[in-house]
Amino acid sequence: MAAVELLDIMTPGILATVQDTGRRGFGQIGVAPSGAADSYSCRLGNLLVGNLEDAAAIEVTLMGFQARFGCDAVAAVTGADLQPTLNDRPLPMWTAHQVKAGDVLAFKTPVCGCRAYLAVGGGFSVPAVMGSRSTNVGAGFGGHAGRALQPGDTLSGRHPAQYLHCRGRTIPDALRPVHTSTWVLRVMAGPQAEQFAPSSYARFFEAAYTVSEKSDRTGVRLEGPVLATQPGAPDSILSEGILGGAIQVPGDGQPIILLNETVTGGYCKIAAVIAADLPLLGQLAPGDTVRFQETDMATAVDLLRRVEAAVAWVRANLAD
Amino acid sequence: MPPVIRHLGDRGLLVALGTGIDPAVNRRVQRLHQILAREKLAGVVETVPAYASLLVVYDPLQAAPQALKRQIAGLCDFDDAAPRETRDVLEIPVVYGGEYGPDLDAVAAYHGLSNEEVIRLHSDTVYRVYMIGFTPGYPYMGELPEALETPRRETPRTHIPKGSVAIAQRQTGIYPVVSPGGWQIIGRTPVELFDPQQENPSLLVMGDQVRFRAVTAEEAHQWRP
Repeated sequence: MAAVELLDIMTPGILATVQDTGRRGFGQIGVAPSGAADSYSCRLGNLLVGNLEDAAAIEVTLMGFQARFGCDAVAAVTGADLQPTLNDRPLPMWTAHQVKAGDVLAFKTPVCGCRAYLAVGGGFSVPAVMGSRSTNVGAGFGGHAGRALQPGDTLSGRHPAQYLHCRGRTIPDALRPVHTSTWVLRVMAGPQAEQFAPSSYARFFEAAYTVSEKSDRTGVRLEGPVLATQPGAPDSILSEGILGGAIQVPGDGQPIILLNETVTGGYCKIAAVIAADLPLLGQLAPGDTVRFQETDMATAVDLLRRVEAAVAWVRANLAD
Repeated sequence: MPPVIRHLGDRGLLVALGTGIDPAVNRRVQRLHQILAREKLAGVVETVPAYASLLVVYDPLQAAPQALKRQIAGLCDFDDAAPRETRDVLEIPVVYGGEYGPDLDAVAAYHGLSNEEVIRLHSDTVYRVYMIGFTPGYPYMGELPEALETPRRETPRTHIPKGSVAIAQRQTGIYPVVSPGGWQIIGRTPVELFDPQQENPSLLVMGDQVRFRAVTAEEAHQWRP
């Protein structure tokens, strides 16, 4: 009787899915990693409630999510400030709280960012498929029943009562990400950067792009100055492997930043967001402004080292 | 041709081993994919083979990017002898045309062929699986006979049924899961191409050989693996 009824989904809102740190090693058969769009927030949420950082959490998008706890547990909300409430009272984020059976978690309205994470001590008990509990919505497997959460879904937990001692843990301010609606993403030149007209390449770094309403978990679609390839250069290439953070430019000249739901692509990639900034991609909301700043490998690796040092600090200092 | 290795951000290296849709180039990609699987270089997370390139995904905190690039370049120095095709030609039954292949008439009209001639041309060829991509288990296969070379649809469809068999340019493919897509749909197969619960979730892998066989809707209905 390890599994207990942990959470009843009342309304999932725009999109709520079960995600973890993703599914690796299956790109060769066309399976993308999936996983939390803001992996940093998801990992810290799990560490707060006493889980391993790759446990399954719920990714909530913008607004409308409402759920009732089925048992006593310890829960934390991280990621975007979507104004979480517990029984209509504001619920401080980045902190592990004890919740009781019948408590209702809801989100009022987004202040900043796009996706919040609900982590619960013991994790959500969904079967691992191909090594991960992440939902691959496009192909319909993983997570809860291979799909986004729906009203009436009940998620089970594993021994949530054993994690109650984690209540009160909190992430220090310095390690909480700062979200905004005007983002600067650090990028490195893409593998087809030289195929773009020099004026377009320069414009890419000068322009402010707006995040389109058509953005989703597959990619952040941007609207702004049109980017053109060199005269005579094709705008598509032979399909090749691709990664989250790659910025591809299809025929209409409007860049798309890919997230982790795509393995191959046939458009030219003008740039790629560095690994340290990938968690921010999950927080770009429709209407936000994005600028790009070019950086080099040494800086990118140094910035990633700092991100991982922050996670390591939480792991070491919040653990039992 | 020496490999051209480009960075895809700080965690990807794209190794180009040639250009175009060419079995010899694709066999080199397959060979490097196998070599890297065997070598298990520190920091390499996975490799994603495509037509003419291999994407090497790595953790830049576990492998110094420039050193890894040099290491991979060193491993590309293999002879061109293609790895042997180790699996038998897999036959895939297809119901061509009608509700299962809504673009068959248009493809035939485009080439001035009868539907039967299109079916014969499509099912007479042994195809190589060049890569799996786009969606889980989706095989990019070639080469389609020149007489069937057809452009993509001008307006992609948003909902293509699972099992749809399609063509575009000199390629043919099968949609393993419901997805959007722009290829011309000429038929449908009852064969399951992707099952995440299996130990090998994808029926096909790069380098496999496939031949299509025309069947009736009734035969497809009764088809069992």
